[in-house]
Amino acid sequence: MYKNILLAVDGSDHSLRATKEAVKIASLVGDCTIEVVYVVDYSKAKDEVIHSMGKEELELTRRKKVLPIEEHMKSKNITYNIKILRGEPGPSIVDYANKESFQLVIIGSRGLNTLQEMVLGSVSHKVVKRVKCPVLIVK
Amino acid sequence: MSEKIKQEWFSNIRGDILSGIVVALALIPEAIAFSIIAGVDPMVGLYASFLIAVIISFAGGRPGMISAATGAMALVMAPLMKEHGLNYILAATILTGIIQVIFGVLKIAKLMRFIPRAVMIGFVNSLAILIFMAQVPYFLGISNLTYIFVAITLLIVYVLPRFIKAVPAPLIAIILLTAVSIYSGADLRTVGDLGNITQTLPSFFIPDVPFTFETLQIILPYSIALAIVGLLESLLTATIVDDMTGTESRKNRESRGQGIANIITGFFGGMAGCAMIGQSVINVKSGGRGRLSTLTAGLFLIFLIIVLGDLVVQIPMSVLVGIMIMVSIGTFDWSSFQYLYKAPKSDAIVMLVTVVIVVATHDLSKGVIAGVILSAVLFVAKISTIKVTAKDKNSGTLYEVDGQLFFASVEGFIDSFDFTVKNTNIIIDFSEAHIWDDSAVGAIDKVVLKYRENDNEVTIKGLDSASKRLVEKLAIYTQADPKLSTH
Repeated sequence: MYKNILLAVDGSDHSLRATKEAVKIASLVGDCTIEVVYVVDYSKAKDEVIHSMGKEELELTRRKKVLPIEEHMKSKNITYNIKILRGEPGPSIVDYANKESFQLVIIGSRGLNTLQEMVLGSVSHKVVKRVKCPVLIVK
Repeated sequence: MSEKIKQEWFSNIRGDILSGIVVALALIPEAIAFSIIAGVDPMVGLYASFLIAVIISFAGGRPGMISAATGAMALVMAPLMKEHGLNYILAATILTGIIQVIFGVLKIAKLMRFIPRAVMIGFVNSLAILIFMAQVPYFLGISNLTYIFVAITLLIVYVLPRFIKAVPAPLIAIILLTAVSIYSGADLRTVGDLGNITQTLPSFFIPDVPFTFETLQIILPYSIALAIVGLLESLLTATIVDDMTGTESRKNRESRGQGIANIITGFFGGMAGCAMIGQSVINVKSGGRGRLSTLTAGLFLIFLIIVLGDLVVQIPMSVLVGIMIMVSIGTFDWSSFQYLYKAPKSDAIVMLVTVVIVVATHDLSKGVIAGVILSAVLFVAKISTIKVTAKDKNSGTLYEVDGQLFFASVEGFIDSFDFTVKNTNIIIDFSEAHIWDDSAVGAIDKVVLKYRENDNEVTIKGLDSASKRLVEKLAIYTQADPKLSTH
């Protein structure tokens, strides 16, 4: 079974739902580790910096996005790591997943973006297309 | 130390050189356009971009950040150019550098913390509006062909990046449309109509201005404004690059570096510049991380100008206008509309005031200063509202004080008490309050003594330790026969 799972999150409701599914799968296996990946988006760097008072606040807003996910994992006693990547969300997740050779990637069908595509978010789309291991998309 | 130099310069050679080339290509149209905004020859902006990039790659505090001639600085300099000419611009550039070095030595970067985000948002928005407004004379009501070229440029710069990522879209627009205009012989204004391109390296000379007090009087206000605007944009950009790369930068070294770059640039015929948000983001996105990327950008830019200068003068103005419209759209903070709606009213007002003042005066530094002062005043106004709630007890009245008691809030504090009562127990609870200064203690004295005049028993409780020390040291109501006049 899966020993290491990559869970890509952005703090949206979809990523929380993906978390719940990830936890279900992980709890089936004895020594499974979930790597929670959050990408700090290059294209939002300017907006986020201008709209925050200093680095501490920036870090706090990002922590807040991952916090409910962490809490859920903790409550189910799942072993997990948090990994912050920087770059464009899609390619960053794909590179990381392929480089670290994860056995499974779990991601929500869409994220926080306001411009919603019809069925699948663009990041989820890229991940499905380019990640080499199986991908679980959570609706 | 050598380990650090190695890391900052040579840890990412391939990525730095490639991204530096991309940035150089993206810098050329902007350097020319910003020269036109300032009203100087394109060479002044191109030399500035070359020199500042090269110098800052050694002297700056944020590896991977791109500094060059910028719109913000060009806008500040434009009136000086109009009234006094290029030599005064160069003198002002040198003086700006000196002021920035002093700021760096005095560690002014720390003060950035005092610039509220509402002012920052106002700063980038007004910068975007001014850059856009500066383009209007170059495309409005000139010819239909101008409109068409602007529209095609915008189409290229917004659509092409979806398909071609390696080459900056603005450059493709320039090459394509310049070729079209040369071969079709279209009747368009070109860069050459607005100034010359000299295919030589810059050389040292002392600006030709009289060394008098009068000259200083002319350039000093501009230099102060330039120093403030330059550091503001540079330190903001440094924070953005810090965030994108997840690394730290040395902000005071950056201020000093900006100063050194401007001093040298002024002596070599370039105009003042600073860090550029857009270009630095392009650099990081293209893989640039180290000092080598900034150096490459500067060197490759001047190489291109020396080799291709003849072609640069043939670039149609309308293409540059299109690119500048893209720059202003990219600079504008589009989440501001949401911010106006969601943020506290006072923040929204500060943001709007900053924008309005900049657009009205065409001076970014005035807007920033006004914004900072206004938000300070609003902050004091907000914090000086003190809440006193009265609760009737069987033996008297309990007043609960909530807030900061200091010179600005004492009036509201005193007015919240009802002094008409007689012969009762008054308890004033300061558990949720803090006493800051003499006037606060004086106000407590006044309240206590006024109650005592009508034979009320007054008890003060809940003071935190710092407030208690202040009250014990200064208050007179605790004395045997207190008289208010001693205060």
